[in-house]
Amino acid sequence: MAYTVSKLTEYAAVPLEKSVAECIRACAEEASAVRGDDQLKVFRDRWMGRKNGILTQINDLWLKAAPKDAKRSIGRAVNEVKAAIEDILQKAELNRLELATGTPLPNELADISLPGVRRSIGAEHPVVKTTNEMVRVFQKLGYSVADGPVVETDYYNFEALNFPPNHPARDTQDTLFIAGQQAKPQRERLLLRTHTSPVQIRTMEKMRPPIRIVIPGTVHRNDPPDASHSPMFHQIEGLAVDTNITFGDLKGTLDHAMKEFFGSSVKTSFRPSFFPFTEPSAEMYVSCFICGGSGRRGVDPCRPCKQTGWIEILGCGMVDPNVFEFVKDNGYDPKKVSGFAFGMGADRIALLKYGVDDLQLFFNGDVRFLEQFV
Amino acid sequence: MKLSVGWLMEFVPIPFPKDIKEISTLPLRLSEDLTNVGLAATYSGQQPKGITVTIEPTGAVLAEGMAIDFEITTNRPDAMNHYGVAREVAAIYGLPLKVIEPKLPSAAKAASSSVFHGTTEVVPFPIIVEEPQLCPRFSARVIRGTKIKASPVKIAHRLQLLDQRPISNAVDATNYVLWEMGKPTHVFDMDLLEGGRLIIRKAKHGEKLKTLDGVERTLTSEDLVVADGKKPVGLAGVMGGYDTMITDKTRNILIESAWWDPLTVRKMSRRHGIHTDASHRFERGADFESTILSCDLVAALILESGGGELIGDAIDVVSKKMDQAPVVLRLAEVQRILGGNLGSGEIFRILKKLGFVTIPEGQADAQIRVHIPSWRLDVEREIDVIEEIARLHGYDKFDNTLPTYSGAVVEAPNAAMDATFRARALALGYNEAVSLTFISHADAEKFSSAKVLELENPLSEEASVMRTSMAPGMLDMLAWNLNRDSENVQLFEMGRVYEMVNERVEPSRACLGATLAAVKGALPVSGALDVSKGEHAAAAEAFRSFKGDVENLLAAFAHRELSFDRETAEYFHPGRSARALMDGAVVAQFGQIADEVKSQRKLRQDVFLAEIDLERLHQRGLRTVRFAAPGKYPAVERDFSFVFADAVEFEAMRQAVMGLSIPELRDFEPVEIFRGGAIEAGKYSILLRVRLQSDDGTLRDEQIAQWAEKIVRALQGLGGVQRA
Repeated sequence: MAYTVSKLTEYAAVPLEKSVAECIRACAEEASAVRGDDQLKVFRDRWMGRKNGILTQINDLWLKAAPKDAKRSIGRAVNEVKAAIEDILQKAELNRLELATGTPLPNELADISLPGVRRSIGAEHPVVKTTNEMVRVFQKLGYSVADGPVVETDYYNFEALNFPPNHPARDTQDTLFIAGQQAKPQRERLLLRTHTSPVQIRTMEKMRPPIRIVIPGTVHRNDPPDASHSPMFHQIEGLAVDTNITFGDLKGTLDHAMKEFFGSSVKTSFRPSFFPFTEPSAEMYVSCFICGGSGRRGVDPCRPCKQTGWIEILGCGMVDPNVFEFVKDNGYDPKKVSGFAFGMGADRIALLKYGVDDLQLFFNGDVRFLEQFV
Repeated sequence: MKLSVGWLMEFVPIPFPKDIKEISTLPLRLSEDLTNVGLAATYSGQQPKGITVTIEPTGAVLAEGMAIDFEITTNRPDAMNHYGVAREVAAIYGLPLKVIEPKLPSAAKAASSSVFHGTTEVVPFPIIVEEPQLCPRFSARVIRGTKIKASPVKIAHRLQLLDQRPISNAVDATNYVLWEMGKPTHVFDMDLLEGGRLIIRKAKHGEKLKTLDGVERTLTSEDLVVADGKKPVGLAGVMGGYDTMITDKTRNILIESAWWDPLTVRKMSRRHGIHTDASHRFERGADFESTILSCDLVAALILESGGGELIGDAIDVVSKKMDQAPVVLRLAEVQRILGGNLGSGEIFRILKKLGFVTIPEGQADAQIRVHIPSWRLDVEREIDVIEEIARLHGYDKFDNTLPTYSGAVVEAPNAAMDATFRARALALGYNEAVSLTFISHADAEKFSSAKVLELENPLSEEASVMRTSMAPGMLDMLAWNLNRDSENVQLFEMGRVYEMVNERVEPSRACLGATLAAVKGALPVSGALDVSKGEHAAAAEAFRSFKGDVENLLAAFAHRELSFDRETAEYFHPGRSARALMDGAVVAQFGQIADEVKSQRKLRQDVFLAEIDLERLHQRGLRTVRFAAPGKYPAVERDFSFVFADAVEFEAMRQAVMGLSIPELRDFEPVEIFRGGAIEAGKYSILLRVRLQSDDGTLRDEQIAQWAEKIVRALQGLGGVQRA
């Protein structure tokens, strides 16, 4: 027999308590039988419905009908009932939620194996990413980022870097020249910088020693595009000049930077080379970060290092005193200061790092390639 | 450049591995050790004709058939031959280096030559050097009565191993000597030299010379030639003449070994487009002291294989001595540059092994006077000697150190702005692309009015000028993707564009720019505003979607007002493109690409492009964030449905409503647009929403009603008709 609200006949404490307890007990009993959303709604409407819910009836039949002198105690009783019902209802709701998670209805089952709706996220270009990572390594060592023009003069690209006019070393640069420059003196003629090294001179003209700069930038050479060549590519250059810089510092700095970039287990090795603007000059190799320096990947030969266990990463050397002569007036007296410089190909490092086998993939904007770097 | 291992071992006794089957470990180790002193060498392990190992009666072991590949840097012409590399090998391993000595028979007396510089000196052949600066030394030898035939097998095989083609014993002798000890020489058929003399002179303008490669060349007055009494017979240091070359009939030979001015040789080589093994060495600097030795070596080889008689002594015209001043090496300087702690003993040892003569000076050998060997024209300064010490000591033996630093770190001024721009573009779903910096003349004209920087030696017509606009590169990348069935393409690129400015003051200028592009299908379409049917509404929605991305990018930069107009370039669609202006300054143009451009580039889909002026954005700086408290009191929204003529744009409504200066008006936005149906042609219906909120209290209904009335009146003022 369902609970119904009856009029109070006695307003004394004891029978009032009894009526309150009876009401709460009935509410709790009914709550325990509630299953699912529909029943919960019925239950909520029966007890809390604004127009004719039990709580409203109690308000009308108990409180409103009570004589003036009993209103105070009846009010307290009604509040007690209200709080209890609200409490029971809240618990019933929670209960219903637990039941829902425990045994969902068949039409509530989402196929969680369906792929999620993924909003597209753009991918940073692998060469930009590589460049930024490498630049950050040097920034942590106190290097400032420097910049310079891509369209350069012969003076900055060659002469001030100790490539005298007509020097055979210029042949190795495969320079792209700007047309219509013949009427000018050679040092003023425009060309596309073949390396980021001109920024060394430009920075030393502006800043007195000591300096530490890292220079990321675009360079061009007259190389027809193929899997390992591009007429446009990217370099990261570095220069440190101070009163105390040695060849050991060059090696130590680059060794530290490579360990930071490729991982602490890589080793470096330096072999003599020739660049007009450094002396002594070196090529730096890192132990192959693909095969760990063993030259093999399982039973197969390691291709990136041509089985040697070493990969050539950059060219470097101590700044040639002839280079300092061009900026001597700004504090770069080769008798007082020394320095080192290095330069590496960002594209080549990205190729090696990601195992890309064709340089052209970097420059044709193919989303099937670019999306892999998200 | 290939060199033979067996040939090297003729000069330096490199020990064989104990087990002769392991012989290939020798060239492998040799390659590695030479690379470590700066002569980059690789051994492929391939011996096309197999390895021949012979033991001579003396007990010496010879191994022929193994070649090592070298890439010698331009500063080391001395190491572009066997003897030079053998010298380095001897230095690395501490082995003795054999002295080269030609085996020459005693010479017959030369016939007296009547005129030679006004003297009656007895010389086998008169040499007159008219250009002593450009030819400081000219040596020669004369052989008579020899026979031209094929080279002995050993010589032919050695040349073949280096990919050289044997020709005849006399010609091969010069080639053999070049590869043996590095000095280029030349042989003439002496009977074809007219006038009985050789003259080293400048060519006459327009003079002809057929060179050994059979090409007739027209000379200029800048060219330096070896001439006989009548004609040029050789392009100095580059290539000999065809008409005086050795043939089967040759019996009498003049051997030339000169030292040519490197710059002159280089210029001639470039002018005539001839690069030879000889010019390669001369332009890098040959050994001044080896002219006679090389003549003698060539002579010995010819005499040995073809017989004949050596006539007279070596001719040696020295017009100018080579000045190789000794270098003072300070041990303190070695330490300052290299760091570490190299002892003077090691320094002496290294320099001596490389042929430098060292004389200690000062207290406790604090400095050394170093005399430079004649084959090392690249060593002139103290730092050059320091490099020699470092490379032979071994770079990897120097300790790695880290320098201290007291200088300041300067932030790149635009780095944070570029990073923010990139991060936003990536977050909006655009992949970053990098395209080549060259474009075609046609594209430069179409996409920009800037004066182009044209390349002197472009790779192709398609890549003949520096880009004046990034748009063509971006459109090419879109086309690349669409041609490969990648349809959902969203790309952006940040880079520089170039233009020729004032040739005298500032020759060229690079502006920073960015492009953003999307294929229509890739743009998000959720929450369409224009719900009318038809493709125009869809296209307008796509434009609006793309505009939102541009707005999101621009919103990162400081500005008071962002406005838009229709003044876009011709390559944009006239109806669906816009310019963005920050406080009146143009910062971007964007929108759908014009149909004409679309068809020219064979783009099958509608594409949207934005060109953003990064330089202008850099000038503005990033927007700084100032906190504004969200209102405490509830906001109220009111919708207004109007019909307007097509000519009335939303911006007019916005200005009209904002112009009412109602402080509580927080937002005014379009909610829905509709054309067609009950709306007559040339008009559209628009649902507008205002949001009102006060900082001082909850808004009262009568207040709201007042404002609503004002708003309606303002919109009616634009010709709008409110719908029921």
